Amino acid sequence: MGSTSPAREQDRPAPDGARAGDRRTLVSGVLFGCGVAASIVDLFVFHLGLQWHHFYDLSTTHVALLADGVFHAVGWFVTVWGLFLLADVRRRGDVRWGRWVGAVLVGVGGFQLLDGVLNHKILGIHQIRYGVDLLLYDAVWIGSAVLVLLAGLVVVRRTRPARAGAGGA
Amino acid sequence: MHPHEHAAAGPPLLAVVAVLALAAGAVAYAAALRASRARSPWPVGRTLCWYAGLAYAGAATAGPLADAARTGFTAHMAGHVLLGMLAPLLLVLAAPVTLLLRALPPARARRVVAVLRSPVARWGGHPVVAAVLDAGGLWVLYTTGLFHLVHASAPVALVVHAHVLLAGWLLTASLVGPDPHPHRASFRVRATVLVAFVAAHSVLAKWLYAHPPAGVAAADARAGAQLMYYAGDAVDVALMVLVAAGWYAASRPRDALVHGRARPGVA
Repeated sequence: MGSTSPAREQDRPAPDGARAGDRRTLVSGVLFGCGVAASIVDLFVFHLGLQWHHFYDLSTTHVALLADGVFHAVGWFVTVWGLFLLADVRRRGDVRWGRWVGAVLVGVGGFQLLDGVLNHKILGIHQIRYGVDLLLYDAVWIGSAVLVLLAGLVVVRRTRPARAGAGGA
Repeated sequence: MHPHEHAAAGPPLLAVVAVLALAAGAVAYAAALRASRARSPWPVGRTLCWYAGLAYAGAATAGPLADAARTGFTAHMAGHVLLGMLAPLLLVLAAPVTLLLRALPPARARRVVAVLRSPVARWGGHPVVAAVLDAGGLWVLYTTGLFHLVHASAPVALVVHAHVLLAGWLLTASLVGPDPHPHRASFRVRATVLVAFVAAHSVLAKWLYAHPPAGVAAADARAGAQLMYYAGDAVDVALMVLVAAGWYAASRPRDALVHGRARPGVA
């Protein structure tokens, strides 16, 4: 499905394929970004690197423990699934890497925002760090999440495919 | 003479049965390889997977790790991850059903296929049923008195270990693997079941961290729970990659194959 081949059969309009590929690029990036933030950043930076997080701080309700398990499982799955979607876009045509990176930023920022507000503050599954005044940590966490999310949205908007132009891209 | 042999009164029932069953599995795979040697070459990786899977299952049920597992929770959990997760994955990747179909004469192979297509295989091989058997068994084992009974009764130990291996095998085979699966569930169902199973497994690990089974010291329970969580993750991520890789292979663009003749422009 080359995006630059103008001569195609009538029964298969090219724009659908290009649009589907573009949508899949965005979905792949957002899923991978969410997954990286949920599983890899959390595990390697906060658990193993800084050691701010505990395996389990024993302060959790049953509902929050269940939510934590679901977050954990979904985090790993969307990391893997996002990469396979990217591989699928790649085998069907060229990947627009700038757009994919923008979508990854949206995923990372969006997940960190959700994690910082829903998990840390509303559900109280765990905190960023223990034995410190949390206000500064929460402000930096949520503020940086909003910045990354906005940066991603700007990149995604600026790399929009031209709708009216012939041949796409 | 070893003085403690008298006290232990011989090897445990579990170890004896496990060694016999695993040896039978080793011989059966070799016999099937021999019976089908006239056919196309069998991938070496599959053979290695089979024997590695049997070896891990053996390590969990007989020998030093299995002995340590009767007194220590961390060793118990290491054996559990080997027996219920890693060994099943390797045994599934060894494609034993495919090998059996190659080794049998056509009439008997057709009978095996008829069994695979039967309603019982359809229900038992469904990921939801397999996941409930596997995760449900674990919850019963660790949240009731069953865990204590495993250490007190040899027949119970045998049944529980067989269940852990077979339920793990059934779940893995319902999700991934090269063997024929006439009723394999859709990608969406398999992905959902896998995510739900991983969630249940990690919740149980954290629950065990906070609520050690009776008779298990807190530090031992915490080490074992974290081993369950992280080692389980490693196998679970491998399963996710295999499920997604199956989708990737099945959904390849077919334009080039089906319409290749009429499409000189597509490169």
